[in-house]
Amino acid sequence: MTTPSTVIDTNDTIAKRWRRATEEPAWIRITLITIALTFLTLFLVLPLTVVLYGAFERGIGVWYAAVSDPDALSAIRLTLLIVAIVVPLNTLFGVAAAWSIAKFEFRGKSVLISLIDMPFAISPVVVGLIFVILFGSQGWLGPWLSSHDMRIIFAVPGIVIVIAFGTLPFIARELIPLMQQQGKEEEEASLTLGANGWKTFWYVTLPNIKWGLIYGIILCNARAMGEFGAVAVVSGRIRGETNTMPLHIEVLYNEYMFTAAFAVSSLLTGLALVTIAIKSAVEWNEERRQRIAAT
Amino acid sequence: MAITLVKRRVIPGFGLTMGFTLLYMGLVFLIPVGAFLLYTTTMSWETFWNAISQRQVVASYKLSFGGSLIAATINLVFGGLVAWVLVRYRFPGKRLVDALVDLPFALPTAVAGIALVTLYASTGWVGQYLDVFGIRVAYTQLGVVIALTYIGLPFVVRTVQPVLEDLEAELEEASASLGADRLTTIRRVIFPALFPALLTGYALAFARALGEYGSVVFISGNLPFRTEITPLLIVSKAEQYDYHGAAAIGTVMLVAAFLMLLIINGLQWWASRRHG
Amino acid sequence: MLNTTSSNTWQLSKLTAAILLSSAIVAGALSTSAQAQSERIDLLNVSYDPTREFYREYNAIFAEHWQEEHDQAVNVRQSHGGSGSQGRAVIDGLDADVVTLALAYDVDALHQRGNLIPEDWQSRLPNNSSPYTSTIVLLVRDGNPKNIQDWDDLVRDDVEVITPNPKTSGGARWNYLALWGYGLEKFDGDEQQTYEFVRQVYENVPVLDPAARGATNTFVQRRLGDVFIAWENEAFLSVEQLGQGEYEIIVPSLSILAEPPVTVVDANVDRKGTREVAEAYLDFLYTDEAQHLAAKHYYRPTNPDILAEYSDNFPDLTLFTIDEALGGWQHAQETHFNDGGVFDRILEDINAQ
Repeated sequence: MTTPSTVIDTNDTIAKRWRRATEEPAWIRITLITIALTFLTLFLVLPLTVVLYGAFERGIGVWYAAVSDPDALSAIRLTLLIVAIVVPLNTLFGVAAAWSIAKFEFRGKSVLISLIDMPFAISPVVVGLIFVILFGSQGWLGPWLSSHDMRIIFAVPGIVIVIAFGTLPFIARELIPLMQQQGKEEEEASLTLGANGWKTFWYVTLPNIKWGLIYGIILCNARAMGEFGAVAVVSGRIRGETNTMPLHIEVLYNEYMFTAAFAVSSLLTGLALVTIAIKSAVEWNEERRQRIAAT
Repeated sequence: MAITLVKRRVIPGFGLTMGFTLLYMGLVFLIPVGAFLLYTTTMSWETFWNAISQRQVVASYKLSFGGSLIAATINLVFGGLVAWVLVRYRFPGKRLVDALVDLPFALPTAVAGIALVTLYASTGWVGQYLDVFGIRVAYTQLGVVIALTYIGLPFVVRTVQPVLEDLEAELEEASASLGADRLTTIRRVIFPALFPALLTGYALAFARALGEYGSVVFISGNLPFRTEITPLLIVSKAEQYDYHGAAAIGTVMLVAAFLMLLIINGLQWWASRRHG
Repeated sequence: MLNTTSSNTWQLSKLTAAILLSSAIVAGALSTSAQAQSERIDLLNVSYDPTREFYREYNAIFAEHWQEEHDQAVNVRQSHGGSGSQGRAVIDGLDADVVTLALAYDVDALHQRGNLIPEDWQSRLPNNSSPYTSTIVLLVRDGNPKNIQDWDDLVRDDVEVITPNPKTSGGARWNYLALWGYGLEKFDGDEQQTYEFVRQVYENVPVLDPAARGATNTFVQRRLGDVFIAWENEAFLSVEQLGQGEYEIIVPSLSILAEPPVTVVDANVDRKGTREVAEAYLDFLYTDEAQHLAAKHYYRPTNPDILAEYSDNFPDLTLFTIDEALGGWQHAQETHFNDGGVFDRILEDINAQ
């Protein structure tokens, strides 16, 4: 930043030119940062503020009453139950898919990658519709299911399956590029040295992908908790039973209990913020360790 | 080639992982989608065509595709910018900002819709100032675009960011030492390297916006022909017990989504051949 | 390197523990839900949006009553949503013992599309199976700044009207039919003029919410529109609970008698063995106690004596029925709301310009 005013060192001129060619002048940097921050304020910070403001507008007592209401508690329990099923399954899937795609060559790989992305692109509404057509009483499997007294839609299994559908790509997408980029030399080395496949995975692959994995799990978790459109179609909205947190929020909003709706939303938001904070802390720690190791 | 063959045998677990991948995808997603497509084939071509070509339906495609395209473009520009700023510059609160980018993934879409309409309605914090200039956001097509931009925001940022981080400084330095000025370096070196990631992010944001329902219904006026998105129309058909109509329109959305992803893949393949 | 290895083993065991723990939670949750069922009777009442407050209180009263008479605990579970989507859910397999929906058409669908109830379901209980009725009124902002007095004012250019989408909202269908019935009366049964009248009203609608409660939020929370066409009970609720002194109810000169019907879902109660309690649940709606409760929640009791006690709340206005004015629900649905019906034509007309 500083330029000696008296003697112009040749080195310095080069440095200056160099900088001009590899980074932007301060005013451009500041403008760009300002634009980016304004954009993010309008789209991220303000909506977040609205939720938190709405939740605590009438004080912590009202907030607590809303989140400890029996229906709210049952919605929280149901949401946690669903996450406890969906996230481990999608984690296994993500790791398996990334392993097979990144470490092996096979035909149709790019089609497989496209397919894994697909749930991102399918409207939640269509997802709900698919399962109603499949498992509804008027659907293909519905009569058989009801004659065996099994319930899929309008019960927990249906909600689990639509959420698993919608959040399927998150972990896989995080891991595939990461593992592809890391190649397979380290694994091969470990295997040649006599370790078996599992050992290699636990001691070589997992440490390399753990941040991507954690990040993917966090995202998958958040998305699973927040899924709305598809769940709305297959849940049946039974109070205290098949209402997940997002559905319960909609119920409260429709009961004109806006503060309560925002209070339950703030729980989900808070959870999202906490997971994001954990992720940041973990990254920061790692960076610092690397920096210390480097010096 | 001989070496890769040997290597392939060294790493185990292909059968197991591929088997699980296909089994899980099959159960959760491929078989249901397949069954759904099969269901649409039970209706005659004429019924199908009538269902998907009604004027009201066509108007909703225009809004859904048009709105998603605009939203994805906004995200391409600003998302790319945000990624750049987050990777290359230092400013206070950067880590917090970086973390916040994931919020649209994490916040339930219904909550996002309620929050956005609270903000942008003409009584809202932001809406009241826009109202002075005669700009109405809530209940207009602009509102739809805002909601779609919001939900697609993380895609571009999160696909571009890692590539930008991995972009080796040597390349830029080499370009600079060959006498290129900054603009040329950005145009000829950085942009081509980012291009595939930008494209992927763009396409994902677009695809995600196309299907979005939860947040849009709150901020859109939901007026047929004007502010009615296709997913809402699907719900509305299903609620009128018209499953065939709903499934037919749903199929159009599915095919559009799949084409979109194939195009991304094709472009990525093309880009990696060109630059890789 | 050694260091990381040990931390990874730890991580591995943590991951395994997490997976085991979560499966344990799942198993536990599933088994407890299976156990709880044998101890009491569960009923599921699938209803539409505006009845939440009423049924919350009613369920408690009924449970008490049933406990006294049969010495058995009954737990009524509720599901609320748009009338059409609730009906659809029951047809698709939502295990409702009773449905209490916004209009007979949605209940008819249970017979026609799911064969869950007999065709003559509506004659099984008094008053077309409607223990309470309502009507459609106009809600305006305090002081009635646009001076809205009757349906005629809704076609004025300076008036913005809020009403939900009749294709998806049951309440909105009543709104539409009230308008249509008024038009027929005004123009001496001239369909063309009535069509023109209704079209002009819908031209003034800036937002078509998918459901009635969403439309209330649009009018009340977002302060959009000058007049809100609403269920009488919803209008009262807005006046009393959402903003005291912020709204006024305008009672039009003529409106429709809205009959939200109730029925037992035969196929479900017979399979579950809950017919007795489900029927008692609906019969009890006609008792004095329940009728008073309905009046408290701004529904018009069908018992004329009890209705008379609340005559201050429920102004006397001329009400026509859907059978008189529009030839019944099946006919009204086919002509007006199905694809290609009158409402679609109105939308096409408005947007053709």
